[in-house]
Amino acid sequence: MEAYLRPAVIGVMIFVVFNLLIVASAILVLAERKIMGFMQQRYGPYLVGPHGMLQPIADILKLVFKEELRPKGADKLLFTLAPILSIVTAFVAFATVPFGAETTFFGLLDEPIKLGIADINVGVLVIFAVTSMGVYGIVLAGWSSNSKYSLFGGLRASAQMISYELSYATALAAVLILPNVPSLSLRDVVDAQAGYFSGWLSVVPHWFVFLQPVGFIIYVIAGVAETNRAPFDFPEAEQELVAGYNTEYSSVRFALFPQAEYINMVTMSAVATDLYLGGWHGPFLPVEYGWIWFLVKVGIILFTYIWVRWTVPRYRYDQLMKFGWKWLFPAAVLNLIATAALVLYFNA
Amino acid sequence: MPETVVFYLFAGLAVGASALVIGQRNPMYSVLLLIASFGALSGLYVLLDAPFVAVAQIIIYAGAIMVLFLFVVMLLNAPKEDAAEWDRTHPLRVPGVARWGTLLAGLLIVQLAMALTAIRDLGAPVGSRTDALTVSSVSDLGRVLFTRHTFAFEATSILILVAMVGAVVLARRESEQ
Repeated sequence: MEAYLRPAVIGVMIFVVFNLLIVASAILVLAERKIMGFMQQRYGPYLVGPHGMLQPIADILKLVFKEELRPKGADKLLFTLAPILSIVTAFVAFATVPFGAETTFFGLLDEPIKLGIADINVGVLVIFAVTSMGVYGIVLAGWSSNSKYSLFGGLRASAQMISYELSYATALAAVLILPNVPSLSLRDVVDAQAGYFSGWLSVVPHWFVFLQPVGFIIYVIAGVAETNRAPFDFPEAEQELVAGYNTEYSSVRFALFPQAEYINMVTMSAVATDLYLGGWHGPFLPVEYGWIWFLVKVGIILFTYIWVRWTVPRYRYDQLMKFGWKWLFPAAVLNLIATAALVLYFNA
Repeated sequence: MPETVVFYLFAGLAVGASALVIGQRNPMYSVLLLIASFGALSGLYVLLDAPFVAVAQIIIYAGAIMVLFLFVVMLLNAPKEDAAEWDRTHPLRVPGVARWGTLLAGLLIVQLAMALTAIRDLGAPVGSRTDALTVSSVSDLGRVLFTRHTFAFEATSILILVAMVGAVVLARRESEQ
């Protein structure tokens, strides 16, 4: 590819990913309501479009045409800034997530391109850094609303995210010290998972979930808490806090919070796929069409997210903190130490 | 040339935000401006070919420590600092404290000037120094940290541990009274 074309290709990639994330969040809204309906033995949304497929568009239109309200005592600047901060960090976090090997899109392009926006050698840490900034959106929304329910939602969000970020990062570190991971770039992590195990395990793909089963479970649990999903959705626990940090929001400002949450879910699932489930590597498909595998894996994790939300009831807040600090974090640290010891033992 | 523009952008943002942190009275805005200043600093690290340090800056300072700051500000629900009250009763207005503070600030300025004049190859372009690779590669950075600088690393850890134990002791004594 000529050098002058590179910025253009990156620009197109950013545009495509941006819109894919918006579409994904719309699909997730529908999927959530449909699956919830199925689990509660009812139809779910059924009236707009065939089988209610156009329901997300109706939802968005309704929210856009609502009146934007702001409480009198609210901090004007921060009240507006908070949802923007939420959505921007949600989008930016996807910037270093690779989602496919080199492809020409069925021969459409002359030269293959790598699927993913930026490939930098600290990619994993960039995602972690940006998602950790996402908490400010929620905290500021809670504080600037000048309402006690919102304030409690924001307080809970900051405490919860700090607690679970530790377990999340420790689980992630255990993957990065595996011997065949050359750098902190997610693309390198995925490429280290190509192929199958050797010997009598040769039918099992070389995915890190089989090397790091405990780490994967910790990552998924901490991921649920990081994205504020039930059973860990304390920042917006309805029966205690009305709607938590977004109680005072309406119209588009309100809509940006759930959208950021859904995009964060997609990012979390995509990173889990890249780190543990082999990314775009899988049987049957050539690696050029690997993005299909990637979509399937991300879809399965997202379904599990929704499945868990409508199956497991909400914890109690003190139980959440106790679980995070007394069980999840020690388990993550032990996993890290055990992994390091095994890597040293077998590689020395 | 574009690097220079970006440098002055980030540097201006860092200095401006830091000045505003102490320049205005709402503690919430101070915390947020400090975060903006850290973000600008991290941009400067990227310009210095040290992406790992840049990301660590965001994760540790902007992502974790400032969340704790924000948590405390929200928990205490700190009001805006009132000008009249500040003038008379603030502990910093005590003459002795003010004098010592001025002395220390003067020392800091002298120290900064000496440090800046002591750097010889200030004109060398970014990345031409011999240890540039060490800063940019995570594994090299880790190796240097745990071999050549082990003592400093461990001493810092103990310092933080002592600070934590001290905080727990102070907090407990207060709650028993």
